[in-house]
Amino acid sequence: MQPERFERIAVLGGVYSNHIALEAAIADARRRDVDAIFCLGDLGAFGPHPDKTFPLLLEAGVQVMQGNYDNSIGRGLNDCQCGYTDPRDNFFAKISYDYTFDRTSDRWKSWMRSLPESIRIELGGYRVLMSHGSPRKMNEFLWESTTPTHFLEKMVDSHQADIVLATHTGLHWKRELPGDRHFVNVGVVGRPANDGRTNVWYTILDARNGFDAEFVPVDYDHESLALEMKQEGLPVEFIDTIRHGWWTTCLEILPAKERKKGSF
Amino acid sequence: MSASARVELRALDDLWFQISGTLCNLTCRHCFISCGPTNHTFELLSREAVLLALEESRELGVKEYYFTGGEPFIHPDMVEILERTLELGPASVLTNGTLLKPEAAARLERSEARSPYSLEFRVSIDGYSSETNDPIRGDGTFVRAMAGVRLLLQHGFLPIITVAQTWDDDRNDDVFARFVSVLQDAGYERPRVKIIPTLRIGAEVERNRGYHPSEKVTMEMLEDFDVSQLICTHSRIVTDKGVYVCPILIDLPEARMGKTLSESLGSYPLAHGACYTCYVGGAICSNVSAGGGDAT
Repeated sequence: MQPERFERIAVLGGVYSNHIALEAAIADARRRDVDAIFCLGDLGAFGPHPDKTFPLLLEAGVQVMQGNYDNSIGRGLNDCQCGYTDPRDNFFAKISYDYTFDRTSDRWKSWMRSLPESIRIELGGYRVLMSHGSPRKMNEFLWESTTPTHFLEKMVDSHQADIVLATHTGLHWKRELPGDRHFVNVGVVGRPANDGRTNVWYTILDARNGFDAEFVPVDYDHESLALEMKQEGLPVEFIDTIRHGWWTTCLEILPAKERKKGSF
Repeated sequence: MSASARVELRALDDLWFQISGTLCNLTCRHCFISCGPTNHTFELLSREAVLLALEESRELGVKEYYFTGGEPFIHPDMVEILERTLELGPASVLTNGTLLKPEAAARLERSEARSPYSLEFRVSIDGYSSETNDPIRGDGTFVRAMAGVRLLLQHGFLPIITVAQTWDDDRNDDVFARFVSVLQDAGYERPRVKIIPTLRIGAEVERNRGYHPSEKVTMEMLEDFDVSQLICTHSRIVTDKGVYVCPILIDLPEARMGKTLSESLGSYPLAHGACYTCYVGGAICSNVSAGGGDAT
C-alpha cells in the first residue's frame, strides 16, 4: 500500500487524559491550515476522565497511533510499561494507571487495542515514520541528552525513513541528521514541558519548501483541568504540575541535563 | 537440570570501558571483582584503545558510554577521555568519589556545558554514615566520598548515589529515607539514590556468601520475561585484555568474546550465578531502565 501524501501536518504527542489541552491543540492546528492531524499515542494517564479524549480525537479526524499506555490499558496489563525503577516513581505511576484503567470504558479499551503501532506517510518528498517511543521499541525513552546523532542515523537507515517522529518522554526536541534526515520528538499535549510554564506543546511539520519542524506552544484553561483533577481525587503532586509547569513525579528516569532544567 | 538459556545481543546500546582495570584506591569488602591497589588482573585501558573503540562504536550505533573500574579517576587521562566521549554521546562514570580533584570537576563542568549530552556521575556509598559505610568500604571513606559529592554539586552535577544493598529487604525504605536526609543535609536538595543488589562473586563471597547451585537462570524462567532487562542483550565491555560480555563477569575467562567489538557481538549463555542477580534485579548496571516491559 502506498503511504498517504501530505505537505503540512500537525502531530500531537501524549494526551494523558488532558481533554482541555487536546481540544485547544486541535483548534490551534486547524487555524494553521494543516492537511491532517496525527496523534502518537498515550491517550490516558495523569489527567481526569479518560473517556473524554477519545470522541475529541475521532470527531476531529485525527489519525491515532498506539502508545505503551494504550497498549497496557487495552490489553488489561498490570502497569503502564514505562519501566520506572524508582519506588516513588512506581508509587505515583500506579495511582495514575489504576485510576485510568478503572475509568476507561470497554468500548474504548477495545478501540485502543486496534490502533496501529506505527504510521508511515510521505511528507513532500520525505519518507516519514511515526513511532511512540522509538521505531524499535514502543516504550523506549529517547531523551535529547542521551541520544547520540550516530544512533539516530543508524535508526533512520535501518527503518528506511528520512524523518522519524516520537513522543513518550514528554519533552519536545529535534535534531537534523546528515543528508537532510531528521528526528523530531513532537512533545506532549498532556502536561507542561517541565519548564515552569503552564502551556503544552505540539509540532507542525512542513515540507513545502524543504523540511521544517515548528514546536507550537498551546495555552489552555489549565485551572479548569486542575479543578477536575482535584474533584476526581487525583494526587496534589499531579495537580501542581498542571498549575505550575514543573514535573513533581516520575523524575528518576530523567538524565542529568533534563533533570537539571526542572525544579524537582 | 535445564540447559542455560543463550541470549542474543539485540543492539549494542551500552558500551562499557574497564578504564582503570581492577585497580582501585579502595578495597571494598563486597567488590565483585575484588579490586584494590595491587590487583593487576586487568590494567589501565590505554587512551588509544578507548579512542579506537569509540570510533568503532559509531558504526554500531551505540547509545550510551559507561566508564568503570576499579576507580576510574586513577586513570591519568580520565578527564580527557570523558571529554572525547561527550563529543559523541552521553557518558557515565562509576566512581567512589574520593579521587576527583576540584580542577578536574571544573573542567568536566565546562565540557558537559559544551556538549549536547549528559555526563552522569555514579558515586558508590554503601551506608548513610561512617558507622554503616566504612566497615564495607574502608576507614574514612564515608567522609571522603561525601566531600566528593559536595564537589560535584558545586560544579552543577547531580550525582546518582549508588548503594549496594547489604541489609535485609525490610529495611529498604528506612535506609533510603536516611540516605535522602543525609544528602539533603549535605546540600543535595533533590538527591538521586539507586539501591542495587550485591553480586555474590569476588570479595563478596568472603563477606557474605557465594551463589547456591539453584541460583541459575533456566530456559523456563525466560518465558514471558523481558530479556531487554539483561545487560548482555544490549552491552559489551572493553578491557585491556579484550571485549567481555558484561561488566560483572570479567573475572571469567569464558566471558571474553573477542579482541574487537565487531568480534564480540554473538550470543552468550546465562550460565552464571551473577546472571541470576541480573535476572532478578533487572537493569542493575544501567543508570535507569531503558524502558521496561516488552511493549513491542
